[in-house]
Amino acid sequence: MANSYGHTVKAFDEDLTQLRGLVAEMGGRAENAISGSIEALVRRDLEGAAGIVQEDRRIDEINAEIERHVVRLIALRAPLADDLREVLAALKIGGLIERMGDYAKNIAKRVPLIAEAANVEPLSILPPMASVVSNMVHDALDAFAARDPVTAQQVCETDRTVDDFYDSMFRALLTHMMENPTTITSATHLLFVAKNLERIGDHATNVAEMVYFAATGEQLGERPRGADALAATQR
Amino acid sequence: MARTSRILLIGLAIVLTGVALAAELPRALTVAIALAAGLIAMRALRRTAVEDDAAPAAELALAAQATSAAELAAILQAIDEPLLVVEGRRVAQANAAARAVLGEHIVEEDARVALRHPAAADRITGAAPGDRPIELVGIGERDRRWELRVHPLGPTQRLVRLADRTGVYATERMRVDFVANASHELRTPLAAILGLIETLEDANGPGDETVRARFLSVMLKEARRMQRLIDDLLSLSRIEADKYRAPQDRVALAPLAAEVADACRAGAAEPPKIMLDVAPGLPDAAGDRAQLSQLLHNLVGNALKYGKPGGPVRIAIKAPSPGMLSLAVADEGDGVPPEHLPRLTERFYRVDPGRSRAGGGTGLGLAIVKHIVERHRGRLDIASAIGKGTTVTVLLPQATVEVLGERLSA
Repeated sequence: MANSYGHTVKAFDEDLTQLRGLVAEMGGRAENAISGSIEALVRRDLEGAAGIVQEDRRIDEINAEIERHVVRLIALRAPLADDLREVLAALKIGGLIERMGDYAKNIAKRVPLIAEAANVEPLSILPPMASVVSNMVHDALDAFAARDPVTAQQVCETDRTVDDFYDSMFRALLTHMMENPTTITSATHLLFVAKNLERIGDHATNVAEMVYFAATGEQLGERPRGADALAATQR
Repeated sequence: MARTSRILLIGLAIVLTGVALAAELPRALTVAIALAAGLIAMRALRRTAVEDDAAPAAELALAAQATSAAELAAILQAIDEPLLVVEGRRVAQANAAARAVLGEHIVEEDARVALRHPAAADRITGAAPGDRPIELVGIGERDRRWELRVHPLGPTQRLVRLADRTGVYATERMRVDFVANASHELRTPLAAILGLIETLEDANGPGDETVRARFLSVMLKEARRMQRLIDDLLSLSRIEADKYRAPQDRVALAPLAAEVADACRAGAAEPPKIMLDVAPGLPDAAGDRAQLSQLLHNLVGNALKYGKPGGPVRIAIKAPSPGMLSLAVADEGDGVPPEHLPRLTERFYRVDPGRSRAGGGTGLGLAIVKHIVERHRGRLDIASAIGKGTTVTVLLPQATVEVLGERLSA
């Protein structure tokens, strides 16, 4: 492993450490954006939501920095075996976290549009769903920091819970819209928020899969999928 | 050459002490750093005596650096607050507490891998200096709260300190909850009284006799409820004030229980069935008679309120183990669902708010019981079976011969 023996070229170690640092910082910012956007939504905090939209720029910047770093590292050091896996994983995880940041930003952007969401009952499903999702992101990043394949595998298993949450949110919102056509605008935005959360959960799973791959050199098996929410309601 | 290095070392020692004092570190940490500084200075001085100018300056400085690093590590290990030494961006050292919270992998990692918080990253790398601590949530366990402070140790070296604020935060939330609950409980009867007074102003004709009488009786009931609540709050604070002094009087539990049972029977139009079951030849308990009487009143009162109407309520007093006495109050009511059991002794916690308020409860009865038991160095156990009833058991220490001896000599 890179950090147990160290490389002959000390600068290589430093490059790898810095790369991991960048990924972790980016992850921390994305985590903050996810929990912050849901909090802003529930509290109807327009300023907080605007702040999250602003902060997303920094996440994009760090992602670009990671990409430059990885290209330079591959060109100069020609990493092999676990080093190569680690560098590739960092590159892919950077891309995934960037997407998570975008989803969080998208949720924050919807906050001013969901002004009358207080009347939409299924709103109460969002905070517990968001807490499951941010736990997943947190654990996936912890697994990355500790190079821990066991935690990574657990994160992948949690994804089912998020999918279940999304299904129940979907059904609850559909019922709500049928009964209260005046709130359809808000309810639709909430549906997108739930979908964003569900996508963040998927990306956290992908991060965990990359962590597992970087740590063990093996791919995690295909996850079993739950029933499709659309298909279920058509029955 | 060696002289300059000596001067440098002593200078370093002084600077270290100065930094420790200026950075307002906790006392233990300041002392530790001052100690390390002293050791460095001593070493430098001793070298002058033994080696004089023989050793090359560079070597000497290197050796001193190595020993001071080892000493710093030893000092960090001795402190049980999570501490990190960060060099540039790399975590150079982490003590055992920090590794327990952040994971074993953090040493030699980038500081941002160890602490993933955006504000923390800026502070640690020196991008955003500041004196205000940063609040971090969810390091280690998800609901732990930390306060992060960064103290510069040198041009690139920084000491990162994490202070656990979980307890402080919980206490603060409890205080806010308590104030909100207490005000709500006090306001409810007051609102009823005010409303009735307003209505009474209009109902003063000769034909309103019965209405007046009914309203006045409700007002009296509500005022009494408020009085009970304030009494309970007062006795709670009195018990809490006394909690560090264990009560030393000898109290015979059996007569006390009989007294309380009589008092509870006396109030009601139809006396409830309260049965006493006392093992023969019991020693006295070490306790405070007034507080134990209040404890019994609260427990029997609860048993009558939430038990089967009319009883029976059983009070059993035994000596289950040497040195202890047990006092159990059992009813045959509906019981308490298990998920409520751990929270029963919280202030203002109610299983069924409507029923408890209708029965004139303040929501403080079991909280008072718990505090009394704690002051008596006893134990409280609540067992409940749905549909069968609830048994509250209190374990109290027996009065020993020494207690009597102390009283005689005092």
